[in-house]
Amino acid sequence: MADTDVVSEVTGSVWKILVAVGDSVEADTPVVLIESMKMEIPVLAPDAGVVTKILVAVGDPVSEGQAVVALGT
Amino acid sequence: MQRIKSLFIANRGEIAVRIIRACRELGIVSVQAYSEADQDSLAVKLADKSVCVGAAPSKESYLNQKVLIEAAMSSGADAIHPGYGFLSENAEFAEECEKAGLIYVGPQASVIRMMGDKAAARKLAHEAGVPITMGSPDPITSAEEAIEIGRRIGYPLLVKAAAGGGGRGMRVVNQESELRESLERAAAEASAAFGDGSLYIEKYLSPVRHVEVQVMGDGKNVIHLGERDCTIQRRHQKLVEEGPSPALTPALRERLTASAVAMAQRVGYRSAGTLEYIVDAAKQEFYFIEMNTRIQVEHPVTEMLTGLDLVKMQIRIADGELLSVTQSDVRTCGHVIECRINAEDPEKGFMPRPGVLGEYVTPSGPGVRLDSHAYPGYKLPPHYDSLIAKLLVWGADRDEALSRMQRALGEFKIAGVPTTIEFHKRLMGEKDFVSGDVHTRYVKEQMWAGHPTQHML
Repeated sequence: MADTDVVSEVTGSVWKILVAVGDSVEADTPVVLIESMKMEIPVLAPDAGVVTKILVAVGDPVSEGQAVVALGT
Repeated sequence: MQRIKSLFIANRGEIAVRIIRACRELGIVSVQAYSEADQDSLAVKLADKSVCVGAAPSKESYLNQKVLIEAAMSSGADAIHPGYGFLSENAEFAEECEKAGLIYVGPQASVIRMMGDKAAARKLAHEAGVPITMGSPDPITSAEEAIEIGRRIGYPLLVKAAAGGGGRGMRVVNQESELRESLERAAAEASAAFGDGSLYIEKYLSPVRHVEVQVMGDGKNVIHLGERDCTIQRRHQKLVEEGPSPALTPALRERLTASAVAMAQRVGYRSAGTLEYIVDAAKQEFYFIEMNTRIQVEHPVTEMLTGLDLVKMQIRIADGELLSVTQSDVRTCGHVIECRINAEDPEKGFMPRPGVLGEYVTPSGPGVRLDSHAYPGYKLPPHYDSLIAKLLVWGADRDEALSRMQRALGEFKIAGVPTTIEFHKRLMGEKDFVSGDVHTRYVKEQMWAGHPTQHML
C-alpha cells in the first residue's frame, strides 16, 4: 500500500522531529513540532502506521500542506 | 537640553509603529531596524530612516545585539528603544547600549537583571511588605522538604521550574500522595526544557484573576497610572485587557497600587514598568507574581484612561527629564477595553495562521483606537508573533465600552487569514464576562468546555 503523507497544517519552520524511521505510531501521535508565530504546533499522525521517511530537517521552512513525514502500514 | 535627536527602534510590528509616532510628535528622527522579512512593513514605510539588520529568524536580526548596536551607531542615533519582547528585558543589552554611548530607553540594567530573577523579585516584594503566594523561598532540596512545606501551606500546590516559563515544568499537586511523583516528573521536564531541574513550590490559587499595575518612574519618584485587568487568557497569553478592573473594590485598588509604588520606589525605578498580581476576588486579596521592566502590549488601555502618552514619557525620562505629573495629577476617566486581534484560528485551538491579508477594513468612530502595523495586502511573516491589531474602545462606563467594542468588532473586516474577531464578538456577549465574573481559566474551562481543542488551551 502507498505511504500516507503527514502534512503540516501551518506555515513555519521545523522545531523538533519527534519520531525516527521505523517507529510505530498511533493515530494523533505528534510526529513533528512546527514553530510558527512564536508557538509550537504539533503535526499529528492521521492514522496508525510505521514511519517510512522523514521529509524535513530541523530548521527547514515548511509551508501549509507540505508533507513532513511519510507513514506506511 | 534635549539630548535625544534620533532614536533607533530595535523592534518591529505595531510597537515599532507606536514608537515612530511618539518620535514624530517629539520632533525626534526615527530609525527603524528591520529584518529581511519586514522590508515591506508599515514601520519601514513610516520611519524617517531604516536599516536592515539581518535575516528573518529573530536570532539573526531582532535578537542580534551586536548588529543592532552597530546599526544604531552608524545611523547616527543617540538612543535605542527596545519595545516589548525580543531584547526588551535583557540586562546585558541595556549595558552594551550604554557602553556604546547610546541612551537606553528603559530602566537601569541592574533593575532589569534583578526583576528577571524570580527569587530576587519575590524577596524584594517580601521586604516591601507586598504579599506573595506562600511557598518555598529557595529551590527545594529534597522530597522530604517538599512534603514539610506542603503540610505547612496546604494543598493544592504548584510545583514550578525555577528557570521556567510558558507552563513547562509546572504541575498542580492536589494531595500529598501525588507529591513525590510530581516532583520527579517536573524535575525531568524542567531539565529537558531548560537544562536546570531545580523546583519551587507555591500555593496554587484558583480561580483567580490577573491584574497588573502600571508604574512610571524617573529614578527619583515613582507614580502609578492605575491597573489593567488581563484575566481573559489562553495558554497563559492575554487576549483581552481592560481598565479599571471590574473586580476591585476602591479599598483593594488603593492597597494594590500602593504596593506597586512601594516596590518600584525601593529600586529607584526609572521608565515604564508593570507589576503583575493574581487577585482572589472573593477574598479581596492579591499576591505579587513578577515585574515587567518594559512597555507592555496593553499600555494603550492606560493611555486612554489617563490621557497620558506612556511612550513619550519613557523617551523624555530616558533623556533625563523628571516626571512632569505628580500622583495627584493623574486622573482616570471612564472604562477602556482592548481586544487583541490575532492571525489565529480559535476553532482550531487558536492555531496561528500566517498569510496575506486581503480585504482589511478598520473600525473607527467615537471612542475607538486601533494600534496596528497591518494594511491590505500585508504579508504576515511566520517568524514573529500573530498580533495583527490591538482594538481599543473607551466608554463613559463599562456598559458603554462593551457595546462600543461589539460595534467596532462588527466594522472590522479582515480577509485572507482567520482571526480572533469572532471570538471577541462572542466573548463580549457572554453573560459571565458582561457581569465581570471570570477567572484566568475561563476561556478553557467555560467557553471551550467540550470543544475538541479544549486541551490545547
